Amino acid sequence: MAAPQQPDIKDLPVVLLLRPFPFISSYTDIFSNKFRSLNPSTSSLPLNQFLTTHANSIRVLICSGFKPLSSETLECLPSLELVITTSTGIDHIDLNYCRSKGIRVANAGDVFTEDVADIAVGLLLSLLRKIPEADGYVRNGFWLSKGEFPLGSKIGGKRVGIVGLGSIGSEVAKRLEAFGCMISYNSRTKKNTVPYLYYPDVRDLAANSDILIISCALTDETYHIINKNVLSALGREGVVVNVGRGALIDEKELVRSLLQREIKGAGLDVFENEPDVPKELLQLDNVVLSPHKAVLTPESFSALHELLIANLEAFFFNKPLLSSVNLE
Amino acid sequence: MEPIGVLVLCGMCDYFEEELKKKFKVSKFSDNEEEFLKENANSIRAVIGNGVIGASSELIDQLPKLEIVASHSVGLDKIDLKKCKERGIRVTYTPDVLTDDVADLAIALILTTLRKICESDRYVRSGLWKKGDFKLSTKFTGKSVGIIGLGKIGTAIAKRAEAFNCPISYYSRSEKPNANYKYFSNVLDLAANCQILVVACSLNEETRHIVNREVIDALGPKGFIINIARGLHIDELELMSALVEGRLGGVGLDVYVNEPWIPEQLYGLDNVVLVPHVGSNTSETRMAMADLVIGNLEAHFLNKPLLTPVL
Repeated sequence: MAAPQQPDIKDLPVVLLLRPFPFISSYTDIFSNKFRSLNPSTSSLPLNQFLTTHANSIRVLICSGFKPLSSETLECLPSLELVITTSTGIDHIDLNYCRSKGIRVANAGDVFTEDVADIAVGLLLSLLRKIPEADGYVRNGFWLSKGEFPLGSKIGGKRVGIVGLGSIGSEVAKRLEAFGCMISYNSRTKKNTVPYLYYPDVRDLAANSDILIISCALTDETYHIINKNVLSALGREGVVVNVGRGALIDEKELVRSLLQREIKGAGLDVFENEPDVPKELLQLDNVVLSPHKAVLTPESFSALHELLIANLEAFFFNKPLLSSVNLE
Repeated sequence: MEPIGVLVLCGMCDYFEEELKKKFKVSKFSDNEEEFLKENANSIRAVIGNGVIGASSELIDQLPKLEIVASHSVGLDKIDLKKCKERGIRVTYTPDVLTDDVADLAIALILTTLRKICESDRYVRSGLWKKGDFKLSTKFTGKSVGIIGLGKIGTAIAKRAEAFNCPISYYSRSEKPNANYKYFSNVLDLAANCQILVVACSLNEETRHIVNREVIDALGPKGFIINIARGLHIDELELMSALVEGRLGGVGLDVYVNEPWIPEQLYGLDNVVLVPHVGSNTSETRMAMADLVIGNLEAHFLNKPLLTPVL
């Protein structure tokens, strides 16, 4: 039997890969059989020139969550109809521009939700039970020379305040309930279907929590939502875990509170200026630091690839997108 | 009344020591054990040990006035129970108050091992993040978890793992009628059918080396082992060679055969998380355990029913 014919690349729909993320090898073939990718990094032309050259054929682009997608770049693509980002967050995209031009935006949907929730719980457990510190204690021979390791703090019975009860926040709540934690939350609006206590004010949430988990999107309203007031309300025995975006927390204020022991500790996967981490944090024993890796699992990546291909096929066949984001 | 002599074999947190000294005459072994026993043996009526050091056969023989062993642990493998029974020596332990902490630690070890949380914390602190992104780690949610021993701690672990959508299976001496999890009548089949194997049973003659070469092979190079029970549950030599040869995905250990010494090979591995027997190491639980040990001792010396007797 003859081998199936390779599709003629000229006939395939075009996808611009802007600052492409590395494709998992198992998906490279699938992708190249369905789409013709334009990759500016393989050209010697400066970016804007490359974009202008191909502008007429570019209706959709894929970008990553790590670099801003500015109006300057978007202006080079007058035929653009859809931006797909490989992140859950869309704060790096000039949304005003997209709104004004009717450009739709799709994100990673729920593919990362479970991994991010797992990291939130992992950071919390690591912080309260001092796991990285204990691991270092053993590896450095201190169990032999210094004896018993200092006591940690119990998880059960603690009050957890979740800032942002979206997909990730809900998954975190479900996990921590199994540890015997009491869950309350702050969100833009109260969710009547959940059994948790709602606080319309983040400061009140902090005042009534032992643990704050930050899992909301970064917007103009939520920038530095965790500020001096909130940290002070959280108090000396309180800890904060951030798996959202660094800029959700006033980082300078957080560092100061930690150094002065005005809060007990923090577990952080995100920072305001990655990969720079405030150097004061690097020496502290009451923090657990993570290099924005909550989604870095092969399982999440496979799911992301599936979603990307599904969104692109839906777009090119004029079907509803699977993970389009409401820009209103 | 003459203060009652209590010999403490293990470390104590400040709260425990303060409270104990209010009610009893507390002593600890000096550097010269023989001297110490000569002077004190006749006044010691109670011994407090823990999961690492307990009332051995030898010690019991050296304390003629011993009436009660109050263990600061739920594991009893370091106490010569047979001898205690023969001599009519009461034994108490600290069940239930530490169940949650130990189960929490099991999940903490799963998460830190699979998601490489300790390694990535070191990665950030050493400045490596500025040079490049951290590597991929293994997702936890949805992975199958096999638990050896579905007692109180095993059940608490299962409840937590269920919240991560993990299918749960277990091995126990006999099937538990009220457990809603898949039962395997032997550990080998359990290991062949799960990705994360958690040891949560008590240590006795049958369970020594319950995780051996065959079980490790059945689990395979993508499998993980978490041990919050006793070092002797695992054939440590086989575990080391499996790790060094890449035949296991990784391990999270709270216990070892010869604490506080750990096998050399572990120092060089990045797919292991090592913690120093901290299963019940929280201030809240240690206070509860201290209260329970003291409560048991008081009950005994006041001729009241023991709170949590074993014998």
